Amino acid sequence: MWEAIRQFGDTYLMWKEGPLIWASDVLILLTIAGIVAVLTYFKKWKWLWDEWLTTVDHKKIGIMYLICALLMFFRGGVDALLMRTQLALPNNHFLDAEHYDQIFTTHGTIMILFMAMPFIFALFNIAVPLQIGARDVAFPYLNAISFWLFFFGALLFNISFVFGGSPDAGWTSYPPLTELGFDKGPGENYYLVSLLISGIGTIGTGINFIATILKMRAPGMTMMKMPLFSWAVLASSIVILTVFPALNVALALLLIDRLFGAHFFTIQAGGNPMMFINLFWVWGHPEVYIVVLVAFGVYSEVVATFSRKEIFGYKSMVASLMAITIVGDLTWVHHFFTMGAGPDVNSFFAVSTMAVGIPTGVKMFNWLFTMYRGRIRLTLPMLWTLAFIVCFAFAGATGVMLAAAPADYQYHNSYFLVAHFHQALIGGVVFGMLAGMYYWWPKMFGFKLDERLGRWAFWLFNLGFYVCFVPQYALGFMGMQRRMYTYPAVFGWGPLNFISTVGAYIMGLGFLFIVAQVLYSIKYGERDVTGDIWDGRTLEWSLPSPVPHYNFAVIPYVTHRDMWWELKEQGRTQELRPRPEDIRPIHMPNNSGRPFLLGVCFFVAGLGFVFAWWLLAVLGLLGVGACLLARSFETHDEHDVPAEEIRRYEAQLGRL
Amino acid sequence: MGQREMRRRVTRVGVIAVAAALLLSGCSPQYMVLNPVGPVGKKELDLILLSTVLIMMVILPVLALLFYIVWRYRDKPGNKAPYQPRWSENKVLEVIWWGIPIVVVAILGTATVKTTYALVKPPETNVKPLTVEVVSLDWKWLFLYPDQGVATVNYCEIPTGVPVQFELTSDAPMNSFWVPQLGGQEYTMPGMAMRLWLQADKPGTYYGHGANFTGEGFAHDEFRVVAVDETKFNDWVTHVKQTAPALTKAGYAQLKRPSIMGTASYKSFPPGLFNDTVWADGGQYMPGMLNDVPGGAPKHGMQDTSSMSSRMAQEAHMSS
Amino acid sequence: MSTLTWEWPGVHAAPGETSGEVSIEYSQPSESLKIFGFWLFLATDMLLFACLFATYVLLHTHTAGGPTARTLFDVPGFVAETFILLTSSFTSGIATYEMRRQRAGSVALWLVITMLLGMAFVGLEAKEFVDYVQMGATMSRSAFLSAFFTLVGTHGSHVSLGICWMAAVLIQVLRQGIHPQTARKVFNVSIYWHFLDVVWVFIFTVVYLTGVVM
Repeated sequence: MWEAIRQFGDTYLMWKEGPLIWASDVLILLTIAGIVAVLTYFKKWKWLWDEWLTTVDHKKIGIMYLICALLMFFRGGVDALLMRTQLALPNNHFLDAEHYDQIFTTHGTIMILFMAMPFIFALFNIAVPLQIGARDVAFPYLNAISFWLFFFGALLFNISFVFGGSPDAGWTSYPPLTELGFDKGPGENYYLVSLLISGIGTIGTGINFIATILKMRAPGMTMMKMPLFSWAVLASSIVILTVFPALNVALALLLIDRLFGAHFFTIQAGGNPMMFINLFWVWGHPEVYIVVLVAFGVYSEVVATFSRKEIFGYKSMVASLMAITIVGDLTWVHHFFTMGAGPDVNSFFAVSTMAVGIPTGVKMFNWLFTMYRGRIRLTLPMLWTLAFIVCFAFAGATGVMLAAAPADYQYHNSYFLVAHFHQALIGGVVFGMLAGMYYWWPKMFGFKLDERLGRWAFWLFNLGFYVCFVPQYALGFMGMQRRMYTYPAVFGWGPLNFISTVGAYIMGLGFLFIVAQVLYSIKYGERDVTGDIWDGRTLEWSLPSPVPHYNFAVIPYVTHRDMWWELKEQGRTQELRPRPEDIRPIHMPNNSGRPFLLGVCFFVAGLGFVFAWWLLAVLGLLGVGACLLARSFETHDEHDVPAEEIRRYEAQLGRL
Repeated sequence: MGQREMRRRVTRVGVIAVAAALLLSGCSPQYMVLNPVGPVGKKELDLILLSTVLIMMVILPVLALLFYIVWRYRDKPGNKAPYQPRWSENKVLEVIWWGIPIVVVAILGTATVKTTYALVKPPETNVKPLTVEVVSLDWKWLFLYPDQGVATVNYCEIPTGVPVQFELTSDAPMNSFWVPQLGGQEYTMPGMAMRLWLQADKPGTYYGHGANFTGEGFAHDEFRVVAVDETKFNDWVTHVKQTAPALTKAGYAQLKRPSIMGTASYKSFPPGLFNDTVWADGGQYMPGMLNDVPGGAPKHGMQDTSSMSSRMAQEAHMSS
Repeated sequence: MSTLTWEWPGVHAAPGETSGEVSIEYSQPSESLKIFGFWLFLATDMLLFACLFATYVLLHTHTAGGPTARTLFDVPGFVAETFILLTSSFTSGIATYEMRRQRAGSVALWLVITMLLGMAFVGLEAKEFVDYVQMGATMSRSAFLSAFFTLVGTHGSHVSLGICWMAAVLIQVLRQGIHPQTARKVFNVSIYWHFLDVVWVFIFTVVYLTGVVM
């Protein structure tokens, strides 16, 4: 008995691996104990289930996405700091190769798929239905499923570190290194299974928001009257729909190789690893646009609002979004110019990649000229947007440099590349997500995040960013490769690496200020009593903060692009206030625990696949089937909110 | 100017200064990519410089404009700058900024395509090229000299002024062959024979490293390219032939096992080793892949299943 | 939220109301929205098959000394599968037609026939797979066989899931008769079925026909 426990501990809990694992174990146990204790003490279990775990309300789902994204930001950030600590000095042995490999793999995977993706979905959910005048998304139940699949996918990925071992072949997971012949451990299975689970959820979100935006807009809101953020979400969702199937296929085939001995990507029996690389990047490059287009949408809203001016060149903005959507799907080979594709192929993809720079450049100019002859208020969302313009200008510049195929032969896999994509993804996406978070935070929670602490966070994060990544460009020119866990002193890489590490810690400090800012503002943040704390332009600012669960007591009729701003200009805001006689009962979707259960079943099945515990896998999949069947037989999944109740609620908010 | 604005500017200026300092220090030889010693690296550096200049010509004015606009149209009481909240369209301006990036892309695209085609040709056509076959293993580099008959591990001796055609493959997870001072990299992939032209114009020892992650030993996957003049190169070949042991099939199997090692030299290697390796790892399914390789496709039958299963066993063994 | 939309001034149909021009499955905005969403899903599913086809086309000659397409495929077998599946697409079409005529019994009958044909198809395919495996042509024998089993097997499991789903719809039609919700379900399962048929036509051409001819 004792022997069996010890064996289990060594094999799955990896107690032999030392303090890093022990510390993680203790932290996880303490966190779980803390959460359980708090929920029990305050008698919040029922509240948690009724209000959150079973919710289908897009606003609450958005908030849950946001919380997960911030937690994953923290986890990915800790990974980054561990790596930077290891690299601070030459010949350092703070981490060994095995742990370093696991950490850079989880860092990349988490930041892209479990931080950036939920962050954009948070903003999708929070803003889109409110901007287009809808009561919820097209398929609220599917929306909840998408969230729980993401959640349990992320959970599965995160437990790998303390249960069986994390993946260690990079977030790109190239075979044949990831085939059984070279990588036996369950880590790679964790990567494949958890990404598959959350990938299915992501496709659901893509479908949901295309349907929402195309079919649920308030009457009068033609496509060309739609706010640019919603346009960006539409573009992003279209890209999700086109490319996520390719990722899912790539992951599934590699999993079939590993679990059932197939030969898709092995180097025996006719397998071809190149096929994985193609499928992966057919998704992988557009994935960048999936996240960055949403950020572009945020910037368009923020710039117009805080310049108190209409967005410049709306039609160009829409055209450039769509151009990026299409051209962005045709650039994937630039991730492997160095794999012998031949000069014809390389030339085509080099030029197509540079061509993406054209619509992006146009957007830059349009943002600039939106500010021109405006009145610019340097609030937090605007600060992050300005920082984005500076940062992304350089990211775009280095991107175009990388697109020149023969030059890429020198940048590829070097720290120049690492610096470039961090500049694009931090400067482009993270800045955008933070701008969006600050911008819509009052709408979600009814209070503003503290400006003073926010500025500290802003300046620290920005300063840290440049200190961290500018040296990495130089390190690339000095010939340093990515993914080395240690390096010798002779090449003189030490000092710049040290500076870079200092920068990373400054960014970490910046993040702590954001945490402090949130905690401080919960108590002391400026309360939003008008619902229009920024002097906004679009429909969501016509609603009280936080927004009632039915969103609009009466669906507005839209006549202008910046509807709310226009009505304010004309002194007609009263028209967006519901009149008592117009209020009719509202049909709203019922809460359901099934999406959560479906997620649990996927999690169980996923664990079964990771360790090839087939009984568990079959049980999990049966559970999935049962949930789907139960849903099929569900006939009443909605309820009426009586008109009287809405009137009472609106009156309480002082809107009647 | 607001105090915050001033702080912001100071930060930016600082950043630009640091960047400039880094670029200027590129003159120091530690910046390998910026100090190429051969025609391939020089062509690539030209493209790097051209793209940098072109792109800076666009973004620096844009950033200047940004700072100007933010300062001029800041929301301060008494700001007399014009405020036109409905000014949101101007055809001429929009045509200009759709035009600027198109022109930049056209120029840079042309230069890129030219260089891309140039680099698949030998950098020097008057000199008879040297062929070196490269096999990346876990975690070491095997260099085979088909014309000289010698082989080395983790170092590669080449004559200066002679174009070298590297034939690349991998008998392990894919890797990437990179010698920054000679020129850009090319992947080594199992079952494929890739080609890369490089040339050293100055004698010296140049740093090379696997650039694609290959697992635990990746950080130590280093090699040197030693460029010497032609006479010394020939002396070296003779020396190796006289003093070094032979690389046998068993010896190769030993090399294939994952390990980290120093350098080694061999006076001979099993004939057709490179092609056999490519063939067995999947090259048989890539028509044309081996035709250009000196020696052509190996002679054994189309379906060599016995060696296949032994390879599987080997691979399983390697990973343990 | 089936009625999130119907209060809008721009959208006219009230719940339960079926207009003369619009067929019943589209008669409620919430149901037509679900049909639209299902088309989007089919688009992603089509791309999934596109990736599997691309993989198959790349790997179909990589036989590693094992059986080739020509030595393996049994012509009568896959021709029979094709006829059965094409027929089932026709019968599911009749089910949709009968659904629009509000004839629940007839819908149920044609759904049952479609399911039986689908089961016959899956049965034949399972037998085909078992035969191949007994000949030593397993998924791990060669890259060609990995791609073959995965592509055709993914289609087969789609058909199997379709049968289960159809069974659920069948029960609901029998219990509740034809109303906008059940009509939408009959319609969706039917376009799903047609979609699988189209995919099969490609499998027939790209995998089987090309396999025995080339």
